[in-house]
Amino acid sequence: MLKYLIKRVLWMIPLLIGISLISFFIMHLAPGDITSNESAFNPKASEESRQKLREMYNLDKPVIVQYGLWLKRMATLDFGKSFASHQKPVFWQTIDKDGNVTKGLIQEALPITLMINILGLAITLILSIPLGIIAARKYLGWQDRSITLFNFIGFSIPGFWLSLLLMYWLGVVNNWFPISGLHSLNYESLDTWGKIKDSLSHLFLPVIIPSITGLAGITLFVKNGMLDVLHQDYITTARAKGLAENKIIYKHALRNALLPLITIVGLSIPGLIGGSVIAETIFAIPGMGKLFYDAVLMRDFPVVMGILTIGSALTLIGNLIADVMYAWADPRVRRGVVKG
Amino acid sequence: MHKSLFKKALSNPLAYAGFIIISLIFLLAMLAPLISPYDPNEINVKAILLSPSLQHWMGTDGLGRDVLSRMLHGGRVSLLVGLVAVGISTLIGIILGAIAGFYRGWVDVFIMRLVDVMLSIPSFFLILAVIAFLTPSIINIMIVIGLTSWMGVTRLVRAEFLSLCDREYILASRTLGAKDVRLIFRHLLPNSLTPIIVSAVLGVAGAVLMESGLSFLGLGVQAPQASWGNILTDGKEYIQFAWWLSLFPGLAILITVLGYNLLGEGLRDALDPRSGSQR
Amino acid sequence: MMTNTSHCLLKTVSTLLISLCISACGSSDYAANSDIDLNKSFASEAGGSLINAMTGEPSGLISMIAGESASSAISSNIFNSLLKYDKNLELEGDLVERWQISADQKTIVFTLKPNLKWADNKPLTSADVLFTWQAVTDEKTASPYASDFQLVKKAEAPDPLTFKVTYAEAYAPALDSWAGLQILPKHLLQGQDLHTTAFARKPVGSHYYKLDSWAHGENLKLSRNPNSVLGQAKIEQLISRIIPDNSAQFLELMADNIDYMGLDPIKYSRIIPARPELQQKLALYKELGNSYTYMGFNLKHKPFDDKRVRLAINYAIDKQEIIDGVYLGLGINIASPYKPGTRWSNPALQPYPYDPAKARALLKEAGFADNDGDGILERDGKPFAFEIVTNQNKEREKSAVLIQRRLKEVGIDVKIRAIEWASFISRFIKTGDFDVVVLGWGLGLDPDQYNIWHSSQQAPGQFNFIGYNNPTIDKLLEQGRVELNPDKRMKIYHEFARVLLEDSPIVYLSAGYGLTAIHKRVKGIDDPAPPAGIGHNSHEWYIPQPLRRNEINQ
Repeated sequence: MLKYLIKRVLWMIPLLIGISLISFFIMHLAPGDITSNESAFNPKASEESRQKLREMYNLDKPVIVQYGLWLKRMATLDFGKSFASHQKPVFWQTIDKDGNVTKGLIQEALPITLMINILGLAITLILSIPLGIIAARKYLGWQDRSITLFNFIGFSIPGFWLSLLLMYWLGVVNNWFPISGLHSLNYESLDTWGKIKDSLSHLFLPVIIPSITGLAGITLFVKNGMLDVLHQDYITTARAKGLAENKIIYKHALRNALLPLITIVGLSIPGLIGGSVIAETIFAIPGMGKLFYDAVLMRDFPVVMGILTIGSALTLIGNLIADVMYAWADPRVRRGVVKG
Repeated sequence: MHKSLFKKALSNPLAYAGFIIISLIFLLAMLAPLISPYDPNEINVKAILLSPSLQHWMGTDGLGRDVLSRMLHGGRVSLLVGLVAVGISTLIGIILGAIAGFYRGWVDVFIMRLVDVMLSIPSFFLILAVIAFLTPSIINIMIVIGLTSWMGVTRLVRAEFLSLCDREYILASRTLGAKDVRLIFRHLLPNSLTPIIVSAVLGVAGAVLMESGLSFLGLGVQAPQASWGNILTDGKEYIQFAWWLSLFPGLAILITVLGYNLLGEGLRDALDPRSGSQR
Repeated sequence: MMTNTSHCLLKTVSTLLISLCISACGSSDYAANSDIDLNKSFASEAGGSLINAMTGEPSGLISMIAGESASSAISSNIFNSLLKYDKNLELEGDLVERWQISADQKTIVFTLKPNLKWADNKPLTSADVLFTWQAVTDEKTASPYASDFQLVKKAEAPDPLTFKVTYAEAYAPALDSWAGLQILPKHLLQGQDLHTTAFARKPVGSHYYKLDSWAHGENLKLSRNPNSVLGQAKIEQLISRIIPDNSAQFLELMADNIDYMGLDPIKYSRIIPARPELQQKLALYKELGNSYTYMGFNLKHKPFDDKRVRLAINYAIDKQEIIDGVYLGLGINIASPYKPGTRWSNPALQPYPYDPAKARALLKEAGFADNDGDGILERDGKPFAFEIVTNQNKEREKSAVLIQRRLKEVGIDVKIRAIEWASFISRFIKTGDFDVVVLGWGLGLDPDQYNIWHSSQQAPGQFNFIGYNNPTIDKLLEQGRVELNPDKRMKIYHEFARVLLEDSPIVYLSAGYGLTAIHKRVKGIDDPAPPAGIGHNSHEWYIPQPLRRNEINQ
C-alpha cells in the first residue's frame, strides 16, 4: 500500500509538468497577449508603449524561454503577479515596505468558490440520498419514475436561463432574495446574526441552482448502488431471517450502497475549486470561474497558469484520495486498486 | 441483440417518452426548410420584437426575424452539433480505449495518464483556446466539443476490453494467432458496443447543453446562423418582457436534453438494470 | 423515519414551487415605495447615496497605466487634471486658474489655483504636476498615453503655482492632452514603482470624492472629499457595484437596487416605455457620444483599392435601415469622423444615400459582371466575395447582418465572422489579414486624427490598419497638428473630412446615442443633455431627503 502511494505521488510530478507544458503552449497558441486588450485600442495609445510592456513581461521572448522562466519561478512556489490587475499577486498576499497588504487573486476568489460549491454539494447529497433510496425501494413505481423525471428536468434546463427566471421571480417580483452579489451594501454595519443572514440569503440562489442541476447524477448513483446491494445474498439472508425492512435498508444496505459515493466526492474535489463562469457572471460573484475566464480573455498568463496548476494538482490529489479512501473503506477492492 | 435492447428499453414509459421526443424533434428539424413559415434570416426592420401572433407563432426577434423559423433551423444546427461532436468524441474514445485495453502495458499507462491530464485541464479553457485559434464556426465547435469530451468513452471502452480480453475464447483465439485487428473488430468491439451507445446517447444531451453554454460566453455558433443556444442568449436580456425570445429556445433545449437523457437512461437500465451509473 | 423526512422534503419542495408559481402570477408591486410623487421638484440639498453598476472592475486607479473605461470612470471622480471641458465642450481650467500660449505657439504657461490641497491635507503644487509629467513620460512607466507628453521638450515648475511646458514645435492637441492627464501626488508616489504601488488601490486625490473602500469583485465606495479643490459635491456617497451581466444589472435596476444604468435601444425605447411601473420611477436620457461605427476596407487588397468599388458598396448599404434596425432609430447618419454639432464637424457634408442602381453601375464600370448567372458578380473569373470581420459586439454583428443582405442584392457575396477581441486584434488587425472590418472609433475631443489616417501610421500595431495612403489627407493632418488658431484649424479639418468622404476609405454606418436610465430620485440632471453629456454637472446632482433609500443611510 505504501509503495503504491509513493508510486502514485511520484507519478504526479511528471504529470504536473506535462499538464503545465500543454497548458502553456495552448495558452500561447491563442493569438494576442495582454497588450491586445480593448483599452489598448485607443488611437492615443502608442505601439511603442505596448512593446515596452511586452518586454517588461518577457512576452517578446520565445515561448519555450518563457516556459523555462515560469518553471523556474514555480520551483520556488512563486506564482508570480497578474498582468491585468495592477500586478496583484496571483496566489497569496504580499506586503510592501510601507506595510500595505495586497491580497492574492486566488486567495480572494478561492474561499468564495469553495464555500458555494461545498454548500452546493452538501445540499445535493442531502437531497439525492433520500431520493435515491426512495427510487430504489419503489423501483419502476411511480415514485421512481417521477423522481427520475424531476431530476432529469433539473439536469436539462440551461442553467443561466433558470437562474435569470428565478432571479426575476424571487428577486424582483417578490423581493424574497437578493438578485446578485455576495453582500448587501450595508453588510459592515450589521450585527453577527445579520451578517450570517445576509450572506445566506445572497448565497441561496447561486447554491441552489447548481444543486438542482447536479441532482440527477448522484440520485441515480445512489439508486443504482441500492439496487445492487438489495439483490445481494446477505440482504436476502437478512430478509429470510425476518429482519424489518427499514432496518435492512438503513443498517445494512445503505452503508454498502453509499461506499461508491466516496469516489464521486473525491472526484468532485477539483470541481469544487473550479467554479462556474456562467453562474458567477450572472450572480456577480468574484469566484474562481470568473477569475479564470477573465484571465483567459485578457491573456493574463500568470493567472491562467496559476489556476491551471493549482487545479490540476488538486485533481490529481483528489483522484488519489478517492482511490485510497475507497480501498480503505472496502477491503475487497484494496487489491484491485493497487493492481490497476 | 441491439434490437432487443431497444425493445426492452422502450417498455420503460420514460424511455419511450424520450424516444418519441427525440424522434419528433428530429422530424421537425429535418422538415425545417419545408415547414418554416419564413426565411430564418429574413430581416424585417418594421416588425421588430412582435409578440407571438397568428403571423408569427413564436414572435419576432430584435431584427424582426421570425422566431419559429429560426427555432426550426437553429434546431438543425443544435442537433447536428450534438451528434457530430459526440461522434468525434466516441470515435477517439473507441480508438484510444481499444488500444489501451487491448495492448495494455506502457501504451495503456500512457493513454490513461493522458486521460488524467485532459480531465484536469478545464474543458472550457481548451475550448476557448482552440476556438480562439480556429474561430467559432459550426464545424469548429463540433470538433472542439468532440476533442474535449472523449475521456469518458476511452475509460469505458478500455474497461470493457480489459474484462473481455480475459474471457477464454479471446485468450484462445489470441494464442491461436488471430490477427489483432480482426480480434478487435470482430469480437471485442461488437461486444462492447451497447455501453458505448448508451454513453453516446447521454453524451449528445451534454453536447446540446454545452452549445448553449458556449453561446452564453459568446463562443458558440456565430450570427447570423441560428442555433438554440444563441437564440436563447440573445433573448436573455429581455427575459421578463420579450419572453418569447428566451422561453421557446429554453424549452426546446430542455425538452431535447430531457429526451436524450430519458432514452439513454432507459437503454442503460435495459442493458443492465443494476449497473452503476459511471458518468 | 428516513422516508418520512424525504416525504416531508418533497412536500416542502412542492409547496415552494406552487407558492412560487402563485406569487409569480400574482403580485407585481415591487415598485411600492411610491407615496411620494417622484416627479415633484425638490430643493437642492446635500447628502444621500447614488448607486450605479459597472460590468468590469478597474485594475487600478492610476489611469495613465490602467487605461480601461472602468478605471477612468472611478478615477475621474478622485483626480483632477489641469484643464477640463465645460458643458459646451470648450476648455476651461480645472486645477489651473489660467493658461497662456506664447507667440511662437511652442510654450504654454499654466497658473494653478491658489491653496490647492490633496485629500490628505498636503498642498498640491506645480511640483506635483511636474512629477506627473515625469511619470507619464518615464520609459519604465510604459504608459500607453506617453506619446503626447513626450513631445514636451522641457517642463518646469519655477514656483509652486506655475507650470511651464515647451514643445519642440507647435502642437495643437497639447491642451486637449493636458485635459486628459490626471495629476498625481508627488509626496505619496515618489520613488514608488507605479506598476506595483498600493496607491493604485488606495488613491489620494484632489477631486470631489475620495475612495472609502474597495471590496474586490463587489463594489467601490466613494465619499465626498472635504478638501475638494472645486468645492463640495451634493451627493454624499457614490457606490459602484460590479455586476458583469447586463441582464442581472437590469434586474437590479428594476428592483430599485441601483440608480443608474446604461441601456440598449430595445430597453430604452420598447421595454421601459411599455411598463408603467418602470416609467414611473426611471428617467431616460440620451446623449450623442463621441464615437461612431464604420465599415473599413483593407485598401491593400483588391478590389478595395478601386475607389469605384468602395463607392459602390457605400451606395449599396442602407444606413437608415441600420439606424432603424439596430438602434431602433436612436442613432444618426454621419458624414465625417466628428461628432455632429461640434465645431469640427463639417455641416456641408451629406452622407452617401442608399442607391443600389448607382452601386450596380459603378460595379459594372469597375469591371464586375454576373456572367454565370448565379447572382454573384465576377471579375476575371473570380466571384466578388469577401468576409466582414468584427468583434463580438451585438450592434456591430447586427449591422453586419443588414449589410450582408444589401450587398447580396447588388451581387456581392458576404460572410460574417465575429471573433473575441484579443484574437481579433492580433490575428486580423495587426497582421492586416482581413478584407473588411466593422468596427467603431471612440474619439477624444481634439480633432487630430493623425494616428488613424496618416500614411506613416501603418506598421503592425498602429492604427491606420486599413492602409490608407492619401497625400492630400497627410498634408491636412500635418497642418492641423501645428495650427493652434481654432478658426483656421476648423477649416483644415472641414477640408480633411470632405476629402475623406469623397475618397470613401471607410463607410460611415452610424453614430448611436448613449442611452441611460437614472432613478427619478436623482435630481438636477440637465435634460436635454448639453454637448458634453449629462455627466458634466454630476457634482450638482442631488437626492432629496424623502427620496433616499433607508438602509444605506442609517
